Amino acid sequence: MAKQMYPTPMLDALETGPWPSFVTGLKRLAKDKDYVVDLLGQLEHSYTTRKGYWKGGTVGVFGYGGGVIPRFTEAKDEAGKPLFPAAAEFHTLRVMPPAGMHYNTDVLRKMADIWEKHGSGLIAFHGQSGDIMFQGATTENVQPAFDAINELGFDLGGAGPAVRTSMSCVGAARCEQSCYDEGTAHRTVINSFLDDIHRPSLPYKFKFKFSGCPNDCMNSIQRADMAVIGTWRDNIRTDEALARKWFDKHGMNELVNDVVARCPTKAIQLKEAKAVRAGESVSTVAVSDTHALEIENRDCVRCMHCINVMTGALAPGKDKGATILVGGKRTLKIGDLMGTVVVPFMKLETEEDREKLVELGHQIVDFFAENALEHERTGEMIERIGIVNFLDALGIDVDPNMVAQPRTNPYVRMDGWDEEVAKMAAKKKVA
Amino acid sequence: MSQPQMRRATESGVPDNKQFLHPLLAKNYGNWKYHDRPRPGVLHHVAHSGEEVWTVRAGTQRQMDVHTIRRLCDIADRYAESHVRFTIRSNIEFMVSSEAKVAPLIAELEKSGFPVGGTGNSVSMIAHTQGWLHCDIPGTDASGAVKALMDELIDEFRNERMPNRVHLSTSCCEINCGGQADIAIIIQHTKPPKINHDLVANVCERPAVVARCPVAAIRPALVNGKPSLEVDEKKCICCGACYPPCPPMQINDPEHSKFAIWVGGKNSNARAKPTFMKMVAAGIPNNPPRWPEVAEVVKRILYVYKEDARPWERLSDWIDRIGWPRFFERTELPFTKYLIDDWRGARVNLNASTHIRF
Repeated sequence: MAKQMYPTPMLDALETGPWPSFVTGLKRLAKDKDYVVDLLGQLEHSYTTRKGYWKGGTVGVFGYGGGVIPRFTEAKDEAGKPLFPAAAEFHTLRVMPPAGMHYNTDVLRKMADIWEKHGSGLIAFHGQSGDIMFQGATTENVQPAFDAINELGFDLGGAGPAVRTSMSCVGAARCEQSCYDEGTAHRTVINSFLDDIHRPSLPYKFKFKFSGCPNDCMNSIQRADMAVIGTWRDNIRTDEALARKWFDKHGMNELVNDVVARCPTKAIQLKEAKAVRAGESVSTVAVSDTHALEIENRDCVRCMHCINVMTGALAPGKDKGATILVGGKRTLKIGDLMGTVVVPFMKLETEEDREKLVELGHQIVDFFAENALEHERTGEMIERIGIVNFLDALGIDVDPNMVAQPRTNPYVRMDGWDEEVAKMAAKKKVA
Repeated sequence: MSQPQMRRATESGVPDNKQFLHPLLAKNYGNWKYHDRPRPGVLHHVAHSGEEVWTVRAGTQRQMDVHTIRRLCDIADRYAESHVRFTIRSNIEFMVSSEAKVAPLIAELEKSGFPVGGTGNSVSMIAHTQGWLHCDIPGTDASGAVKALMDELIDEFRNERMPNRVHLSTSCCEINCGGQADIAIIIQHTKPPKINHDLVANVCERPAVVARCPVAAIRPALVNGKPSLEVDEKKCICCGACYPPCPPMQINDPEHSKFAIWVGGKNSNARAKPTFMKMVAAGIPNNPPRWPEVAEVVKRILYVYKEDARPWERLSDWIDRIGWPRFFERTELPFTKYLIDDWRGARVNLNASTHIRF
């Protein structure tokens, strides 16, 4: 039995209502742990005063420079004594999840046992970077907790100016839209950066994220310094049985308004079944005896909309791979940046393909390490030096897929134009 | 005295997920043909092999005590073949090999307090941050605000009644760890930092703090004979970027740190290109424990969208069609000069056309 609870009228209000309550969970832990009694005391204090009371510090595990988020209480009385002494230290271990966040109950129970023994008993599945967050351990308990988690086959993730923990979607494990083996790519790339994860020494954070198709369920384009997003080069595949089944259920209005009319490049058309075109870049599928869909795949931008609506009836092609976008991040410091295309397409089927992805990742992180200013993200660095200089350093040729449109102003030195034209022509000849 | 022998870490990195995959997922890896949704909260995937798997998705509180984790494991062991996975929005998924196992699993989850839903065109669980529970710079709480809001939105989690999926996020400061979303709730500070000049010299690396400011409003200064920093309060945009590297520059204010609501963030490439979210409301009080004023604005936007948008329109697609004037009219949110961008690149956010809806 733990010590008596503090009154928590504010937090108690979060035990009402139908959604699962973390307060109820904390109170259950508090029955056995003074640690959580005091944590609830401090949290109630925050709710009452509308202020946070944690400060950072330096806590780590032997051999690593990151992966633990230290928290020391600042809720103190006038003499400088903690108001909630049992919870004066409340550190978090960031632990990298398996790709796709798959678990069996055996491993989850073992994690729970470890954290009940060494920590608060509170685990978040998962933090915003994808880590399993083992929340709340004293400084003394951080090392034994990590040892046990590490023995279980798990390792710490990134914190501070480091390569960060990554995420990948459910992907090939359970999704028909998967365009590469997300889990293997994720693990291969990230495990080649363990030194940069465990020993933070970059200008700032660097995030990889892996999404299996342009639906980008991992939100990589807005958040990842390097986003690996699945796509395909050949024609959309079709399945007439599923297309007819869809049409029988949804009808002509939905086919026209929700599928055909919503194609962003008008690559998809409704045709009379007897009038559909054949051709190398054309996909067609009958939805009834009289009508068919016709897709001009050269006009298709692989947005996924029609495939999302008529899943199975329409499907990504077979010549799959990924588009690599670089530089996504949120506001600080120069404003929001989307990732932009650096490699329009690369295959990701074989070990050699993935090795090329790893090499590209290392080239980019190395360039970032050498050239970014302190606390500058990759996208900001590219904004400062220009994408052309960035591509030049990586040895990647420019490609019209990298721009929304060519420049709209004449303010540029063009001395090398003729040489560039000759160079691109020569390259085209070789290819 | 000899030091105790420290255990060397095994730098194992990301574990191999194959050991944790449900056997049917492992067997049909990369070989799925299509899926459908027999009911909200349930996905039915069919492989090219003809094998099928049913997934039941349920909401969690994300910050879970070990007893909750064990309860979920008990359910998985008894009803769901001992395998689970989590989604990016902290929903838990149970995979089962036959349709007959779906209904008992749903019944057990609901009985145990885990709402089943979050699939397709629903409002899924809110992506969120740490807040007062663990963050060192929070303007508000995260888990509590999310709990309060999901209590209000649980029917939309359990049903698929929205025009398209709706992603929500909350963030406790402008760094916005919660991320882009169809509707995002983010702390917006409205007053410059309050500086404790006694502490700055010892706690802060002053040149790094000066460099951190996006508007160059911070400069070194000698205050009461001590080296410190001062802020040009007219220039300051109250972003809070100086606070993490220099905690004596307190940006959080119980009264003046407000909430802003943002709409129309979309990471998917489906239909239009991905979009950033836009600020549409501000000045909403930080009012724990249940933040009713936030819920009121979120629900107002959500239900106008639900009523107005056509099938498959995400919030951003809907606004693209109806235009911003009608958005503000329909949601009855005030459009003020503060919502007109003046940051770098702001001109792309102006209407450079005569495209006006009357």
